[in-house]
Amino acid sequence: MPMLELQDIHAYYGNIHALKGISLTIEKGEIVTLIGANGAGKTTTLRTIQGLIRPRGGSIKLEGEELTKLPAHEVNRRGICQSPEGRLIFPRMSVQENLEMGAFTRTDKDGIARDLERVFSLFPRLKERVRQKGGTLSGGEQQMLAMARAMMGSPRVLLLDEPSMGLAPLLVESIFDTIQALNQQGITILLVEQNARMALGIAHRGYVLQTGEIRLQGDAAKLRDDEEVRKTYLGEG
Amino acid sequence: MPQFSPATQRLLRTLLGVAVIYLALILGQPAGLDLVRIVDDIRTTPTNIVQQLIIGLSNGAIIVIIALGYTLVYGIIELVNFAHGEVFMLGAFTALLALSLFTSTTAAGGLTAPLWAALLGFIPAMLVCGLLNAGIERLAYRRLRNSPKLAVLISAIGMSFILQNVGLQLGAFGKLTQVGPQFEFLRVLGSNNAAPKSFPVVLSTENLLGDFIIRVTAADLLVMGTALVLMLALNWFVQNTRLGKAMRATAQNRDAAAMMGINVDQIIALTFLIGGALAGAAGMMFGLYNGTAVFTMGFTAGLRSFTAAVLGGIGNIRGAALGGVLIGLLAAFSDQYLAVRWTNAWVFLILVLVLLFRPTGLLGQESGDKA
Repeated sequence: MPMLELQDIHAYYGNIHALKGISLTIEKGEIVTLIGANGAGKTTTLRTIQGLIRPRGGSIKLEGEELTKLPAHEVNRRGICQSPEGRLIFPRMSVQENLEMGAFTRTDKDGIARDLERVFSLFPRLKERVRQKGGTLSGGEQQMLAMARAMMGSPRVLLLDEPSMGLAPLLVESIFDTIQALNQQGITILLVEQNARMALGIAHRGYVLQTGEIRLQGDAAKLRDDEEVRKTYLGEG
Repeated sequence: MPQFSPATQRLLRTLLGVAVIYLALILGQPAGLDLVRIVDDIRTTPTNIVQQLIIGLSNGAIIVIIALGYTLVYGIIELVNFAHGEVFMLGAFTALLALSLFTSTTAAGGLTAPLWAALLGFIPAMLVCGLLNAGIERLAYRRLRNSPKLAVLISAIGMSFILQNVGLQLGAFGKLTQVGPQFEFLRVLGSNNAAPKSFPVVLSTENLLGDFIIRVTAADLLVMGTALVLMLALNWFVQNTRLGKAMRATAQNRDAAAMMGINVDQIIALTFLIGGALAGAAGMMFGLYNGTAVFTMGFTAGLRSFTAAVLGGIGNIRGAALGGVLIGLLAAFSDQYLAVRWTNAWVFLILVLVLLFRPTGLLGQESGDKA
């Protein structure tokens, strides 16, 4: 049984048909990437999985359990945590409080303390700024905070929306290294990226989204070699 | 806006300036801007300044508690809850009815109630108003959450009309005293719906400072003390408890809060509950301090408290406290040195000026808000 499964998902923004029958699966332990141009529906897909947008058709299942009609906080409680587009950290809360909010629904104090240590070892920068207000962090630090906060929810599936957005190239490398490290610790990841080259570099499989539809799918290595992907998304040939 | 040349703009601005000064001179006199009288008052009885400071702080304490309700709700859903002043008014009526159960007639024919009844009376006043406010949110605001903001605002204004009429009709229950002695406690409502209702006397009005020219009464201390306790309790709740943190998170980013597993609808309802409970407490405080309740009182209190919240920086709890104290003082000094009937106009002027020149208020929201 796949970890996360979307079947024929249709979603709308007002009258705009944003997702026109998206189907995708993520197996336990995989990194799956969703690539595509601006406005293709990548963020909409993540928001629909999270329950922030209610789909008009299709189903979303987490290890067979129906998520389709659940509100966002219920989806979170079932183990789907997200580092959203625009980071959406809590600007007037300290780094510490932001991370505590990530673990809002958990009651296992020991586990929370362990996860806090874990995110601090992955992002030592956050430990240095633990008392600082979220809104005063730099863009890169906010990105780290958003990812760390999502990890504090001890996710079964981690959704990452454009973690490289607006970051310096060196920082992008280190963020992708971190994503790979998280995956090696056993976390299943759905990664939305515009930086298709980097995303396909660390993912197991990928889906190419175009105007609300899945255009191509397959092993990341195969997609990297695909003529069309290379032309359109990797800027080659 | 038509486009004028810079020269015309300068001319228009000068004309506007002259008009404002001219109006101030004409209106100033009846509005109490009578410098001779003000200087005379200060020279003959300088203690009035201290006296108005105390009165202003007491009234300010009540304004603060109402303003907190505006600011909490605005902070979380960016709605000016126009019905909030009426919730306060119904809080005063609830407090009056709670007190009426323990009211007795004194030898001189006045009504009196024991202090413990007043302190206990805070509980029903806060409970009723908390549930009422949460009910208003459920009934009139929640379904409009994703509608244009104007729709919710109109709904709030409609709610305030309904509640004001509820306050008016509540007075009718006073007639039940004619039915039988079991309704005798309702005599506090009198026989005229619209007339102000008198609270039974709870606190002695004697001056705690003896014969000293400045008066400090037990009511002053009770009102200021209660406001302080409520503010500290609210601050502790919001800063330290799990639900308080969820409230702050929801106020800072609703989508992100939902992603953290916070039931946003529940937290918004909780915010209305707390704001309403504070308005109920303020209703009791007002009754104990001023001794009356009338169905129109929500408007004035609402105007002053909303102005206080805006002045301090709407959405900001400390701002509401600062703004409430300032508006309380402004009102007291205007009453003493300018003219009582113009006090609301001054408050309104402050509101307009703040909205025009510093819409974020004195304390504002810290930067990086929407980061």
